[in-house]
Amino acid sequence: MSESTVDAQELRERVAALLAEHDPATTDRLEFLRARFDAGLAWVHYPEGLGGLNAPRELQSVVDAELASAGAPDNNPRRIGIGLGMAAPTVLRYGSDELKHRFLRPLWTGEEVWCQLFSEPGAGSDLAALGTRAVRDGDEWVVNGQKVWTSSAHTARWAILVTRTDPDVPKHAGMTYFVCDMTHPGVEVRPLRQITGEAEFNEVFLTDVRIPDAHRLGAVGEGWRVAQTTLMNERVAIGGNAMPREGGMLGKVAATWRGRPELRTAELHDRLLTLWVETEAFRLAGMRLRQQLAVGSPGPEGSGMKLAFARLSQALSGLEVELLGDEGLRYDDWTMRRPELVDFTGREAGYRYLRAKGNSIEGGTSEILRNIIAERVLGLPSEPRADKDVAWKDLPR
Amino acid sequence: MSNPDLLYSDVETDLRASVRDLLTDRCEPAALLARVESAEPYDAKLWRTLSAELGLAGLPVPEDLGGQGASVRETALVLEELGRSVAPVPFLGSAVLATAALLGADTAREPVAVLLRRLASGEAAGALAVPLSTAPGSAFPAAVAADADGRLTGTVRSVADGPAADVFVVPATGPDGPRLYAVEAAAASVSEPVPLDLTRRIADVTFTDADATLLAGANGAPAALERALLTGAGLLASEQLGVADWCLETTVAYVGGRYQFGRPVGSFQALKHRLADVWLELVAARAAARYAADALASGSDDAGVAVAVAQSYCSTVAVHAAEECVQLHGGIGMTWEHPAHLYLKRAKADQLALGTAGRHRTTLATLVDLPA
Repeated sequence: MSESTVDAQELRERVAALLAEHDPATTDRLEFLRARFDAGLAWVHYPEGLGGLNAPRELQSVVDAELASAGAPDNNPRRIGIGLGMAAPTVLRYGSDELKHRFLRPLWTGEEVWCQLFSEPGAGSDLAALGTRAVRDGDEWVVNGQKVWTSSAHTARWAILVTRTDPDVPKHAGMTYFVCDMTHPGVEVRPLRQITGEAEFNEVFLTDVRIPDAHRLGAVGEGWRVAQTTLMNERVAIGGNAMPREGGMLGKVAATWRGRPELRTAELHDRLLTLWVETEAFRLAGMRLRQQLAVGSPGPEGSGMKLAFARLSQALSGLEVELLGDEGLRYDDWTMRRPELVDFTGREAGYRYLRAKGNSIEGGTSEILRNIIAERVLGLPSEPRADKDVAWKDLPR
Repeated sequence: MSNPDLLYSDVETDLRASVRDLLTDRCEPAALLARVESAEPYDAKLWRTLSAELGLAGLPVPEDLGGQGASVRETALVLEELGRSVAPVPFLGSAVLATAALLGADTAREPVAVLLRRLASGEAAGALAVPLSTAPGSAFPAAVAADADGRLTGTVRSVADGPAADVFVVPATGPDGPRLYAVEAAAASVSEPVPLDLTRRIADVTFTDADATLLAGANGAPAALERALLTGAGLLASEQLGVADWCLETTVAYVGGRYQFGRPVGSFQALKHRLADVWLELVAARAAARYAADALASGSDDAGVAVAVAQSYCSTVAVHAAEECVQLHGGIGMTWEHPAHLYLKRAKADQLALGTAGRHRTTLATLVDLPA
């Protein structure tokens, strides 16, 4: 990868050239997105030829702003968040040139949706205990097992998959990471209904699924290390977005407060203001974190943003249900649906309250995040690990 | 709030390092514990070094008025370090509150400029003669009356750093309304109650037909006082950040080395998770405190919100961090010989200083249109 000399001015010129050749008003959406990728304006910090220009990551905002003001279509990033935020960085870091060129363009344009086959019924917080087996068979691997909490599995073309390839060594050592074809006949996807009534997640059953060895990411036995790349990016993706003041869940409650004076009580008022202050303080912390990143000195603060987000989302949505009084006794709809998009701040207060309960579980529970902060940021000693030197097959389960 | 700078500049980082080195050397806990019960609870030599030698008392004061021509961002940084050491110097009273009141008055007036020079140079320590609990937005105080000849009579309780002051900046009500005066300490009667906070003393100050110099009349006095209170509340957040930072760092070090049940107690999740929560609060407190300092330095329209957020949040975080510090130290945290109590006392007193968290939230309700 060569050092970049691309600056904001050059990016603006490249955007202008793209727009001149592909007028967003008359160009097909997908055609425009492919042209944008080929012009290196998809994710500017990626390498040339893979949708980027080796430019500094923070210059992406220049491109996005220019394109948005020109009315250009975007790739609907929320619909393909797992691909963009987790699969792509992992493919980029560990994939062969052939895989990078095969996967990244349709991933970015949204032509191919990705999902993540990590968690299992017996491996949640302790992901490294997972038991989905992959056994080598010539140039292929044969995979059997069950995955769970897979969003987008029913629309996904590809999955990132972590498997057990050597049960005779301690758990972290015997794992291998693959790209799995979700159209293989051995892949069965069943909706997993959650407390909101809908099923945004799935269970995925893998029965004799054959994966070519060429679709392996990283060395055999190195799957845990590869998965770390994915998971670090997941936490950044969940907690790291810029937010206007009173954005997100706080905006919902504040709007209800302003619009419904008859619901107000002194006790709710002080709780609302306390949460307003905390939310604003963490919004500023997110801003500060991005300023640190922009000058190239990221602090450890990122580890905590998801933890704060989960707590505040839960407190604010819970407050809104209470504020609504009698209306808080009702729910909009328990019908089982399989939404393609998940909006934590969507639907009504009851839904938001129930969905927010997942925020402290998905992508690393708040308890695990506190362990990470305590051990990696504060340097406190780790819990004794009973499973450290035990072969995976001998672990109690 | 267009483009706040929430980071520390290179200059600020250098300033932090030099202040921390000095305080590590000159304000170590055992000596501090001995000092708080001595006849000299304030460290006059340390104050002279900070103010007269290093020029830190005049950071936001323009150079032509004898200051450093920096801004309250740098003042905030010094407060962070002083908070980390609970240093017994009258920085808040003199370099923050009294100085901000003078900067909020008409500095072209001779008596204002003269007093600013005295405070900025460290020649004198000032104090703002209002109760430390006074919040921004409070009504102009009526405790001190000025007669037609400009002589002051009245009592002000709980003046921060009052015992160390050479001169008081006094809001008083005259026949024509609010005024701001300067009164030399020698012209006032200063008594010192037993304070909760052992490293920042308070005084009850009585003026009896006292000689006073007029600093601002009815047009300028309320704005000058409000600027002092708003600046003080906003910058105090940085001191609270420093207090919390020391408490976290000290507690982490302690639980990592304290063995019970054959393990460092810091390896137990029950303790780790509490410390992770304190750390997380500190992350947000730092951003909120920096934002308030930046908004005050730049004269942002959002300064009122920034200060209300920073003071209500950081005061709570500092108390939480200090309480966790005492609890997670176990028995030793309850002893006089361990310095944790100095930080708890500072954090608790700071919670009342310049408006409680609840008071700032009430202010915020108006500013962000969330009425009761």
